[in-house]
Amino acid sequence: MSGDRDYLSWGRFPRAHQAAVRLRWRDESLPAPILGSTVLPRGAGRSYGDSCLNDGATLLDVQGLDRLLAFDSDSGVLRCEAGVLLKDILARVVPRGWFLPVTPGTQYVTVGGAIANDVHGKNHHVAGTWGRHLLACELLRTDGRRLLCSPEQNADWFAATIGGLGLTGVILWADIRLRRIANPYIDTESVKFHNLEQFFELSQESDQGFEHCVSWIDCASTGKGLGRGLLNRGNFAAADVEAAPKTPSGTLSVPVEPPMSLVNRLTLRAFNTLYYHRQRREQVAATVHYQPFFYPLDALLRWNRIYGPRGFLQWQCVVPPEDGHAAIAEILSRVARSGAGSFLAVIKVFGRLPSPGMLSFPRPGVTLALDFPNRGERTMTLLAALDEVVDQAAGAIYPAKDARMAAARFRGYFPRWQELEAYRDPGISSSFWRRVTED
Amino acid sequence: MRRVLIIGATSAIAEATARLYAAEGDRLFLVARNPERLAAVADDLRLRGAGAVDIAELEAGGVEHYESVVEAADAALEGFDTVLIAHGTLPDQRACQSSVKLTLRELQVSFLSVVGLLTPIANRMEARGRGNIAVISSVAGDRGRRSNYVYGSAKGALSVFLQGLRHRLAPAGVQVLTVKPGFVDTPMTRNYKKGLLWAQPETIARGIVRAIERRKNEVYLPFFWRYIMLVIRLMPQAIFNKLNI
Repeated sequence: MSGDRDYLSWGRFPRAHQAAVRLRWRDESLPAPILGSTVLPRGAGRSYGDSCLNDGATLLDVQGLDRLLAFDSDSGVLRCEAGVLLKDILARVVPRGWFLPVTPGTQYVTVGGAIANDVHGKNHHVAGTWGRHLLACELLRTDGRRLLCSPEQNADWFAATIGGLGLTGVILWADIRLRRIANPYIDTESVKFHNLEQFFELSQESDQGFEHCVSWIDCASTGKGLGRGLLNRGNFAAADVEAAPKTPSGTLSVPVEPPMSLVNRLTLRAFNTLYYHRQRREQVAATVHYQPFFYPLDALLRWNRIYGPRGFLQWQCVVPPEDGHAAIAEILSRVARSGAGSFLAVIKVFGRLPSPGMLSFPRPGVTLALDFPNRGERTMTLLAALDEVVDQAAGAIYPAKDARMAAARFRGYFPRWQELEAYRDPGISSSFWRRVTED
Repeated sequence: MRRVLIIGATSAIAEATARLYAAEGDRLFLVARNPERLAAVADDLRLRGAGAVDIAELEAGGVEHYESVVEAADAALEGFDTVLIAHGTLPDQRACQSSVKLTLRELQVSFLSVVGLLTPIANRMEARGRGNIAVISSVAGDRGRRSNYVYGSAKGALSVFLQGLRHRLAPAGVQVLTVKPGFVDTPMTRNYKKGLLWAQPETIARGIVRAIERRKNEVYLPFFWRYIMLVIRLMPQAIFNKLNI
């Protein structure tokens, strides 16, 4: 078995016993599974839970499909293989005046993964999800069939593949429409809010004049300060930027996995309080390079190791705008009461642009992402209680971040799951899919 | 700007090396067997910044085409100054032991074809009085062992050929670099169980570019293989016979 490298998910929980085979060329036929009876296409492994794992079966590592194929610098349409990292795209297109139409909080994801999870970013309120900027892609099924998918051709397959968790076939390449920029810089503002109510007001106001907007919440704070935090908003700088900001130098890496989580009650409270008070003034403006703005965590490679050998769980929900306020307040106070905290609590109001995927997660409402060190049963109980709040509010949980939601809940959040099951390649499966669809 | 000829350009190590040159804006001429894969690699290198990329198809067994391909590369690049030869196969040792044909074919691909290509390349560089030639051999060529001595003998013969070529071209100022990678995680080794000693093709690629820049004669990649192979070479045969490697 060439289960050589450790194929973990980003949360390093759960662990899976699996083998791996690779795909390096588009003209190759798909290798057969060497363990179990299914394969799962796998990119950079940045999904947090078990949607990038295939326990008891085989992973199909497509990171060798990492070639840029064509770029039209007039129209901004890029064709590349599905294993290309967003980082590699940016390195080539930013100097030519183009940027990704939508980007998640890390550039270490593959194009295939961005499609399979129909990812979103800080500009969701104006640009919608990744899938809206996907023009076409090619699927290779395990029976050898090749399908060109676009809004015009095999449109049903196209919709199933966007947000389809890699289950509809192996994505070989994609055409993406990029966005024009004048330079790699962002005019940003960081604005303090003192409670949740202020956040909603500030967010609504910011969505008018800013392409990018996301907020951090101090989730160790309770009472009057419940939901206090910092809102970060920005626009790409105009051509005549005065003093060019520094290009970020290098990265650091967490070299080893510590024997226990470095994230605990004490460090959480300290970090959150410091982070909130580090910014003295109510509002700070700056022009910065796009990397620290979009990808602050990419500066610390392998940061997921700080949670120790048991890993961590990320939890991201969306709740509809009508009940958003109350549900988010309820979730935050439950988290604060539990003391479980979250190092990074990220909140954003999604826009109303429809997501094109059959199983896309983003929908109108407010989305909140939290991470928790894995403390076993205690953590699971807390997360199940949070799910309950989301259920009451008719919201949903993000599969790309999930390792434990109940099957019944998933089916409620994604009522079209049976439709996707019909498009699933019978030779492809994942730990996540079996967990939420098999009884 | 370098003018780089790469033979076996669709191999994982060659592709990773070509990307390093492309990022510097160098001109490239790629040679490989499979036209679709060659085109995919070429498209990618153009987008990654290569000054120009030309390609030619060649089968390692196509002896009659060696000279014309080298000539075409030299013309397209207006005189190559850097050459990397990276093609080869890793045969099944047991299958070779029961097949004369397979054994000879292996020697043809991993040794004879390289010699055949190096002959016109060396003559052109010698005449110009400058240039760098890097050829991928292997640690397996340092000592024959039961688990892969057919491959090892092809690489061992290649290493000796390169020693001689280096000696001949030294007065002309042409570098001849013998690259000896250890275990590399590539499609060639897909059936092997991987452990701590395994390196990624990108690591080997960086080592090759650096060794060319420093005009080295021979490089083990990663570096620790120099010491591993020193121990293996010095081991008395009686002890060696007891090892199942």
